[in-house]
Amino acid sequence: MRICLRKVDLPLSPAPISICRMTIRTARPNRGQHFRPRTHCLNKLESIVVEMQDPKSGVKGSEQKLNVSTIPHVITGKDVIAWITNKMKTTPEEVQAFGTMLVAYGYIYPLQNHKKLVLCNDSSLYRFQTPYFWPTQKWVAEDSDYAIYLAKRNIRKKGMLEAYEQAHYSHLHDWLNHKWDFIVMQATEQYKAGKERNKPDRVVFDCQERAYWIVSRPPVSEHCCVKSNDPNESITTISTNIFYQQAIMRSKVKSSVSLGALTKYVTTYKNHDPFLAPCLPSNPWQTDHDAYWTCNTRIDVPTKMRVERWSFSLFELLSDLRGRDDFKVFLKKEFSGMPPHLMRHLSNLAFWEAAEELKWGTASSMTSKAETIFKTFLAPGAPRWINIDGRTMGLTVKGLDHPHRYVLEAAQTHVFLLMKKDTFFRYLKSPVYKDTQKNALSPAPHNFSPAQLEQNAQNRSLGVHPVIVWQQEEEEKAKAAAASAPVDVKAMMSKIDRKK
Amino acid sequence: MCDQTFVAITFGPCDCCGKASPLMNIYIKSEATNYCSFCVEVMATQGLQAGESAASLKKESDSLKKKLEEERAKLSDIELSQVAEKIEVLAPLSIKTRRVLKGHGNKVLCMDWCKDKRRLVSSSQDGKVIVWDAFTLNKEHGVTLPCTWVLACAYAPSGCAVACGGLDNKCSVFPLSLDKNENLNTKKKSVAMHTNYVSGCTFTSSDMQILTSSGDGTCALWDVESGQLLQSFHGHTADVLSLDLAPSETGNTFVSGGCDRKANVWDMRSGQNIQSFECHESDINCVKYYPSGDAFASASDDATCRFYDLRADREVAVYQKDSIIFGASTVDFSLSGRLLFAGYNDYTINAWDVLKGTRVSALFGHENRVSRVRVSPDGTALCSASWDNTLRIWS
Repeated sequence: MRICLRKVDLPLSPAPISICRMTIRTARPNRGQHFRPRTHCLNKLESIVVEMQDPKSGVKGSEQKLNVSTIPHVITGKDVIAWITNKMKTTPEEVQAFGTMLVAYGYIYPLQNHKKLVLCNDSSLYRFQTPYFWPTQKWVAEDSDYAIYLAKRNIRKKGMLEAYEQAHYSHLHDWLNHKWDFIVMQATEQYKAGKERNKPDRVVFDCQERAYWIVSRPPVSEHCCVKSNDPNESITTISTNIFYQQAIMRSKVKSSVSLGALTKYVTTYKNHDPFLAPCLPSNPWQTDHDAYWTCNTRIDVPTKMRVERWSFSLFELLSDLRGRDDFKVFLKKEFSGMPPHLMRHLSNLAFWEAAEELKWGTASSMTSKAETIFKTFLAPGAPRWINIDGRTMGLTVKGLDHPHRYVLEAAQTHVFLLMKKDTFFRYLKSPVYKDTQKNALSPAPHNFSPAQLEQNAQNRSLGVHPVIVWQQEEEEKAKAAAASAPVDVKAMMSKIDRKK
Repeated sequence: MCDQTFVAITFGPCDCCGKASPLMNIYIKSEATNYCSFCVEVMATQGLQAGESAASLKKESDSLKKKLEEERAKLSDIELSQVAEKIEVLAPLSIKTRRVLKGHGNKVLCMDWCKDKRRLVSSSQDGKVIVWDAFTLNKEHGVTLPCTWVLACAYAPSGCAVACGGLDNKCSVFPLSLDKNENLNTKKKSVAMHTNYVSGCTFTSSDMQILTSSGDGTCALWDVESGQLLQSFHGHTADVLSLDLAPSETGNTFVSGGCDRKANVWDMRSGQNIQSFECHESDINCVKYYPSGDAFASASDDATCRFYDLRADREVAVYQKDSIIFGASTVDFSLSGRLLFAGYNDYTINAWDVLKGTRVSALFGHENRVSRVRVSPDGTALCSASWDNTLRIWS
């Protein structure tokens, strides 16, 4: 338990009020299930707010009459907007957004509609909040402080609390019951101290305090932006050293090479990016017509753009199932019935697919999948024997004794690199690919009239639910498996996986 | 494609204990060896060897850190802005709101697209998870979780399930059913179990595994069917807020960002932390890979987004502006990687030119913080989720 003495000096407020508060605090690290605060921006905000209050170059203030007394230093919303526009030199929307943030975080508070935390670009009146009530990381708006505040208002005038405040008050009364006497005592003390101030000061302070609590305990349950959290800092230096050593030894590439590759990627894909180039026939979100999606399914004739994309990398070709189909057609045509050193092109892809299914499959299916793969691809004399170097083969076969999902990593990498550096380029030069390119479609761009666009919006197509698509694909796979060679890995795989 | 990670030996007999298991590539006295994660931990916890002291270890740590920085500096022979000079300037973008998805009763915290390019799943603070067909604005499925603040949700690659988690410290998988009357809660599968909130989750290439990040400082890979923990990733010293899987054919690495201001790159197979970047001045809220897999971007509370080159192992760009003071909570790249969309706590979304480092466009419309932005799988639209209870589709 810590007893904290807080005294505040307010150089910027014209009527300095010093407050002495004693609060008993339990010092426990606040690492509960709270959403963490994002308060790094506060330092920058504070410096700007200080600038805004500069008597010469800041926002112009005036006085507001309230019954008998006068409240000094009142500013209008439009003056604030004008000052920010002048300082930041940016668009009106951004200035509005920034101004609203100043109010939302409690640096400026509205005098008229005090619960709506927005900056209005008109003659609505605002005041700068006193620094004592600025959001900081240094002290937290604790529940006991809030309870004291609500109790004080209750003492001043019964029935003054709003509905949500009443709800808070009842809740706090329940769970702070053990120190309720202390809270009431504090509230009474503060109320008495308040009565001894002169009226203008009291009004100002009440406004400031009320604004502070609107921000810290908002009427709708928004998260409180002021909480703190202690990071946990205990790494063993040895682990760090291990990390640094391997990071140093890791081979790296010169920036000119890697940045060049990144820019090349952007240039290659430029025409395929719907934000940069129009999609043909039209962007479904803009015209409400889904032709762009229906003509790009796994059907017979792909579009020119899609076929072009397959040529960018083996990864693109294999990721697009239609492309993968085309690749398989090429492999069958080119290498069926060829001598073994060329037949390997065929079995490489099948092996790669099988290894992927092993890697991403369920833990329970490991053993059976590994066995099938061994029999089909790796055993001496296997029907689809893959040709990899002796060392990798040895390691892989040994690893299969205790199957693990990554047991085929070395072999799979070897096979993939072969495909990437050899087979892929043969494919791009092949008649199969050239035919596909020739027959590819070039959909004409849509040109809808406003009336047609209205129609489209009324008749948006529902598409097919992915679950149905998946079920259909599973059926297709089963049919294809039944129709092809006796020992087909894919059939076994999907049978094992179809336990859903 | 990071070839180095691709060809590294990550499975085989451990050089220390001999067991066949996933391997970490480390150096002992400048000799390259492959240890399984257990042996590495044993080594680390062995304490001080003869001739070492806590001070000497710290000194070694500092000198190694300095050496790493020197290695990195040797490779910065050119800056991104110089390379970008040869690229033409972008034409002004005209991006408008095309759909507003209303239906959540409280802040929308997370969303994810389905591979069919039109459906998406979103989760909110009141515990509700909704699957929408964003094109027609239909709500297709809904689940209510018993906890509030569902911070993470993900759509399975097959489109047949969704995963979500949050303050309940768990990540659960719900298979989707075509039967409208079925309560999805009956088929719920509790997969991940952490000791603190789950901040991010994603499926891998199949429906069978999920990768989660948590407030307990770790990330973990789980088998969905059995709920078994396949691999855990330790190295962050504070809450991990976000993660993203590499898009390359290898699919073997992922990046995570956390409250310790670090962005770490991990090898999924061995659990090893292979790269680390500490450039931000405050918490990293979101990390996302560049479409080619050779770079990534991060968004942070310090109001900047940064771009890191993985092959040269350094930060290459910072996206910031004086008028942007509020933290960035989320980022995503457009399909070509030329645009970076970032959502901020001042209710706006900014589109940055990745290569030139300038802001191309600012999108206004949300009435509260933007919690998540995601580009659709075919790049045709951008979806943003916000604390104003709505999601918007922009195009």
